[in-house]
Amino acid sequence: MSAPLKPLPAWADVALIPLVNVAAAFVISGFVVLAIGENPLEAVQSLILGALGDLEGIGYTLFYATSFIFTGLSVAVCFHAGLFNIGTEGQAYIAGLGAALVALHFGFLPGYTLAIAAIIGAALFGAAFAAIPGYLQAYRDSHIVITTIMFNYIASAIMGYLLVNVLRKPGQMNAETTPFRDTALVPQFHEVLAHFGIIWPVTPFNLSFLLALICCLAVWLLIWRTRLGYEIRTVGANPTAAIYGGISPARVTVITTLLSGALAGGVAANIILGDQHRLILEFVGGFGFVGIAVALMGRAHPVGIILAAILFGVLYQGGQALSIDMPKISRDMIVVIQGLVVLFAGALEHMFRRPVATLLARRTTQPPI
Amino acid sequence: MTVPLAPAIELIAIDKSFGPVHANNNVNLVVERGVIHGIVGENGAGKSTLMSILYGFYEADRGEIRVNGEPVRIRSSREAISHGIGMVHQHFMLVPPLSVLENVMLGAEGGALLSEGAGAIRKRLGELGREYGLVVNPDATVGELSVGLQQRVEILKALVRGAEILVLDEPTAVLTPAEADQLFEMLRVLKGENKTIIFITHKLREIMNLTDRVSVMRRGEMVATFDTAKTSPPELADAMVGRKVILKIDKGPAHPGPVSLEAHDIVVRDDRGVVRVDGVSFVLREGEILGVAGVAGNGQSELLEALAGIRSLSGGNIVFYGDPLPPAERNPRAERLLGIGHVPEDRHRVGLVMPFEACESAMLGFHREPVYGKGVFYSRGAIVSDAEKKMDAFDVRPRAPLLKTANFSGGNQQKLVLAREIERNPKILLVGQPTRGVDIGAIEFIHRRIVAQRDAGKAVLLVSVELDEIFALSDRIIVLCGGRITGERRPEETNPQDLGLLMAGVSERAA
Repeated sequence: MSAPLKPLPAWADVALIPLVNVAAAFVISGFVVLAIGENPLEAVQSLILGALGDLEGIGYTLFYATSFIFTGLSVAVCFHAGLFNIGTEGQAYIAGLGAALVALHFGFLPGYTLAIAAIIGAALFGAAFAAIPGYLQAYRDSHIVITTIMFNYIASAIMGYLLVNVLRKPGQMNAETTPFRDTALVPQFHEVLAHFGIIWPVTPFNLSFLLALICCLAVWLLIWRTRLGYEIRTVGANPTAAIYGGISPARVTVITTLLSGALAGGVAANIILGDQHRLILEFVGGFGFVGIAVALMGRAHPVGIILAAILFGVLYQGGQALSIDMPKISRDMIVVIQGLVVLFAGALEHMFRRPVATLLARRTTQPPI
Repeated sequence: MTVPLAPAIELIAIDKSFGPVHANNNVNLVVERGVIHGIVGENGAGKSTLMSILYGFYEADRGEIRVNGEPVRIRSSREAISHGIGMVHQHFMLVPPLSVLENVMLGAEGGALLSEGAGAIRKRLGELGREYGLVVNPDATVGELSVGLQQRVEILKALVRGAEILVLDEPTAVLTPAEADQLFEMLRVLKGENKTIIFITHKLREIMNLTDRVSVMRRGEMVATFDTAKTSPPELADAMVGRKVILKIDKGPAHPGPVSLEAHDIVVRDDRGVVRVDGVSFVLREGEILGVAGVAGNGQSELLEALAGIRSLSGGNIVFYGDPLPPAERNPRAERLLGIGHVPEDRHRVGLVMPFEACESAMLGFHREPVYGKGVFYSRGAIVSDAEKKMDAFDVRPRAPLLKTANFSGGNQQKLVLAREIERNPKILLVGQPTRGVDIGAIEFIHRRIVAQRDAGKAVLLVSVELDEIFALSDRIIVLCGGRITGERRPEETNPQDLGLLMAGVSERAA
């Protein structure tokens, strides 16, 4: 037995703890680099230069960050309702199907309404796929962690089957669809800026980034400024009080998973409509899982999620540069660093809490009740 | 009483602060050996902090602890036990699926193999049973024992570890009156064996009944110590709050009006499907307070939840102003719209959302109403000003709508719940345990507001396990035992002994 954990001041909770966690992850990564026989400081330099050193690096960093914002928001919305959605990966994957079906079959839509329709298609497919585990959680007591993990495999199997047997472009071996027509694409920034005479290197960085920022604002408004958001937070914080307050936790659970799945669909907009321009196998590539770390680090708050998503974008892009600069350090090193960030920001989140709380104890604490 | 060489416990100038809050301010306490020493005080007076310091949960900022005259440092419960101090917590520290023997052994297994330690402890339990009459079957599963017996296991745990000084924190809060009497008997036997007992409570009746000496704490300070025989409940109550308190509130006669709520043979099951309310019928009129008395766990909670629409009926019917409530209307939202306010028994688990700002907790259940903003979005200004209005009306302190709900004291949290339910001007008010864990000053205030509802012609149903509260407020009392009504009384025609019999299930038919 020991004294209960003293509450931290807000600024420490929001800023200090995540920073300490990330710093710890980097220090340990440094030791790993050292063990491989490379200079960690040079590695950091190479990583940062690769991610932020020029416009091309920045473009790629923000392209990755866009996907992370969507998956982070998707996980975070569920956090607020007390739900742990592990299925963002599969939901984003199925959302790709929605985007592709609209892009390939709704060609009659005029101009860029086709792209908008494709994005809506992605959101609807993602939402529908998330709603099944949501429904099972709400009305059948199947735990959402278990069902969403299993649904990731279902998504993978469905998409594999469809891409190989149904959607594959005839006359070639790759499991991918025909390229989409131009009006179905989300414009890339270098194209948009070219209209204004600004030269930006060719990168997959596209307008989905703006959509991601709009989604951040929308999620913030939803959670903290609407009745639905109030109900979501009440269910997450105290389901018994929610029932007392006339809120149906089951209904809120289904609505929240729908929203979560729709946000996961943003990944399809970014990667499929914004970069690949056709549906390909396994395009989500683990971004959904990283979304869990993003949401944890970002404290399920949109501003925190943007910052965490950019950090992971830097790691992703910088890691590729690093593996070119230092051949001894493979791409797997980035997986190690990500793993450590997840470990410290998620699993060991409370490790630094007590020392930090003790450190701050003399300044701000609460009496025991 | 023998004259000991040194007191069992001396706390000298104990000081403990949590940030700006001075929880214990220069506290001195002397507990003589072989006595029952009561400590009373309002919630937040510092009793629990002081005992936590004695038991090694916290370390004091300053001050000295002496056990049997020896200065000691107590930094953990293990060290407290080694000095012969045992603690019986209000919420038992037991593992329900394990047996009594296994629970008692926990932390004192005595080696890698259980059998050796188990044998020794089984023997010791037998001795303690003979010496003190503390008999429990060592092979019984703790989860299946009554609350009174579980508490006995807690006491045995302390004694097996060699406790000479027992600290009991609000031990009667969970007991039936009969179990409390047994506990007192047990404690007197222990005292006879020269054990020292520190008894924390807020019930003055128990202090008068049981203790030899009593110390009073107020706002972190030890304000007085009396020989129990030379003091009186009014004197103790005054010392606790520092001013004259009217324990009995003035209330005029009730003027009951038309029937507002009727229960017809209602049957309610708990989450496990066990029938907890078994054919209860009553009428509730405007302008009266109907008290529902009973030992905790006899169906009152389920009855209240069913009336509030949280729990579904397995039988019977609820009639609201002459019209039976259809099942579609028996949910918290619909009932709130009809004008049924509900102050739940458990404000922590049910009535409030602790991590929310106070203003957000102050709209729970009413959060869809247009006062908080039209359309999809809330108006923060409207939410905050509504909360301020409620806080002013009910003197919630601090008046800080943006402060986290959890950071208010129990009494102020409860006032917040009452404000939310009463300010909406309900026709019927259902109230559960309105003053549980609330300090005396706030009790008075809350009681007045409940009576004011009655005087304004509202129907009030009061569920409480505190007989004092039932007597102070009710115009009519029904008693529940085992989910059935065992009797109905008017407060002026009955007394605690009479109600106690009804609560114990000695119904009028059987008597």
